[in-house]
Amino acid sequence: MPQMNMVQAVNDALRLELKRDPRVVLLGEDIGKVGGVFRVTQDLYKEFGADRVIDTPLSEGGIIGAAIGMALYGMRPVPEIQFSDFIFPAFDQIVSELAKFRYRSGGEFPAKMVIRTPVGGGIRGGHYHSQSPEAYFIHTPGLKVVCPSNPYDAKGLLLSALRDEDPVLFFEPKRIYRAARSEVPEGDYTVPLSQAKVVRPGQHVTVLAWGAMLYEAIEAANQAAAQGIDTEVVDLRTLWPVDIDTIVASVKKTGRVVVVHEAPKTCGFGAELIALINEKAFLHLEAPPVRVTGYDTPFPYTLEMDYLPLAGRILPALIETARY
Amino acid sequence: MQTQFVLDDVVTVLGPDGVADPATDPKLPGETVVRLFKHMLLTRMVDERLVLLQRQGRIGFHIGSLGEEACILGPAAALGDDDWLWPCYREFGALLLRGMPLQTYLDNMYGNANDAVKGRQMPDHYSGRPYKFGSVSSPIGTQMTQAVGFSWAAKMKGDKSVSLVFFGEGATSSSEFHNAMNFAGVYKTPTVFLCRNNGWAISVPAGQQTGSQTFAQKGFAYGVTPVRVDGNDLLAMIKVTRDAIERGRRGEGPTLIEALTHRLSGHSTSDDPKAYRNEAEMTAERAKDPIPRMRAHVVALGLWDDAQEKAWAEQVEADIKRAVETAEKTPAPALHTMFEDVYATQPWHLVEQQAEAERAPRPAGHGGGH
Repeated sequence: MPQMNMVQAVNDALRLELKRDPRVVLLGEDIGKVGGVFRVTQDLYKEFGADRVIDTPLSEGGIIGAAIGMALYGMRPVPEIQFSDFIFPAFDQIVSELAKFRYRSGGEFPAKMVIRTPVGGGIRGGHYHSQSPEAYFIHTPGLKVVCPSNPYDAKGLLLSALRDEDPVLFFEPKRIYRAARSEVPEGDYTVPLSQAKVVRPGQHVTVLAWGAMLYEAIEAANQAAAQGIDTEVVDLRTLWPVDIDTIVASVKKTGRVVVVHEAPKTCGFGAELIALINEKAFLHLEAPPVRVTGYDTPFPYTLEMDYLPLAGRILPALIETARY
Repeated sequence: MQTQFVLDDVVTVLGPDGVADPATDPKLPGETVVRLFKHMLLTRMVDERLVLLQRQGRIGFHIGSLGEEACILGPAAALGDDDWLWPCYREFGALLLRGMPLQTYLDNMYGNANDAVKGRQMPDHYSGRPYKFGSVSSPIGTQMTQAVGFSWAAKMKGDKSVSLVFFGEGATSSSEFHNAMNFAGVYKTPTVFLCRNNGWAISVPAGQQTGSQTFAQKGFAYGVTPVRVDGNDLLAMIKVTRDAIERGRRGEGPTLIEALTHRLSGHSTSDDPKAYRNEAEMTAERAKDPIPRMRAHVVALGLWDDAQEKAWAEQVEADIKRAVETAEKTPAPALHTMFEDVYATQPWHLVEQQAEAERAPRPAGHGGGH
């Protein structure tokens, strides 16, 4: 089985689907000739031509608005937003239009597409190349939100998303685009949406994480093990609709939970996860649920590693929660 | 100032006396002219009745097309069978012309169980896929970019379908106008941009939307063919729209039509134009009402008379009455429909929330049966 990084795995999924389904077109800024600023769409332009891998004008609202029209015509557009920090000019098209089309038209006009966009910090990108805006979209009925943590899942989840009947926001954690490597099968396979994965079983405390922060959670879990704390690490993979059964089963087992995410703390997805845990597993809790997250500041440049919820910040939370 | 970019010409067919200029007359068959005139009358009558129903508290809202019937129905009549219409929100007349039964439209006005959009949107936020007619949303301008994408997809597939998209002059100030015109110009999409310049975006006059001398001239900058037309002239609207559609079908790209018209009412039933409009101005605008002008035309052609108008009005009146009665008797959508179509399949959280809603006490006097 070939080893791939995230960039190669996403590229492989896109190539496969472009070959398999003539309705699929990619569109975005710099995704054609140059293959994307992260080279995720490398060589696809050469292989499939300018009509299926489209270099668009510099206009996120235009990209998503036009992609919605294509989807209504029966195509399967896969727009790329170059950085998820730049998704906001398209926010109206995503939140007011894409998310509501099926519902508001009584089912007459489903609009299906996958919006791919790099997410997250740790790449010295400052405010505008580092943010994690997933909560805005999770908050919007009608959208699905996915964030893979490794090449195998990236390819399998993207193929699932591309074949799904609903609009999907596919967040690609850019800090691990090339750092995360794994064996990735050649050819077609899918990882189902809305299924989390227990990546490290444990008895004492559950940690919920996704994307690049999953590795920080695993690192913290390994360090906690040295202190006798057995941590269960759950990779959510699909953020919404979230795999509530896996979360609740884990929390019922451990009675303790720490949620990790890069986005700011207040109204971040961690808040929702903890509310759900309180609703569904309150009597099983042995300790207050804890969030280790980005701070409620704009994403900083020089001090970004202090801002991110790295293993060094997760470890004390695990210890405190386990010993509470 | 480069005046050649301003577009001083305004395409007109009908004089105020209803006589068509043979140089521009689209020369429609007599029966088509009569059918469209009758539909103008119907649209006006439905409009006036809906305002009344709103004033009586029987429907919640109406956003009408009083005075804009020519520039709404003309383009709709010019479309071919494979062409699509992307509405703003004043185009119910076009939807009826494209084939939606009056009853289905009235069901939308009441948001009842037979409403095609299942009571999920405000009145006049209809959807008409069977009639190749898009879905209405309230955010301004979003449909323009979608219409560009839709027609672009048709072009990519080698289909001959053209998309026509309606918007008001206020929407030319939105980022969507720029996005849509720019994409249409770059990819030469078969799109007809139909700007109803009715003079007002709620209370803001057209002169405060732009520093340009005309809205049409914006087309030049995007590589979109511009044209200005008398929006109160049904035949002129048909002519310029047909030309634009044919250009699109021939692969010659998009057209921006600025239709000069007047909004002879408030923005919607929620608006009181007295605060910003003066009566003298409105009286002058009423004199340009597209319906008397078209009536003069069909009468001059010997295709229409008072007796026919009376009979038609009685028939439409009866149809409206029956549709209103049926819509009022139809119950509200069942509670569970609120939780459907959010996703293709209902996820766990909506299953839970639907069950919660079904256990909850129903509010009095609102909504209806399970």
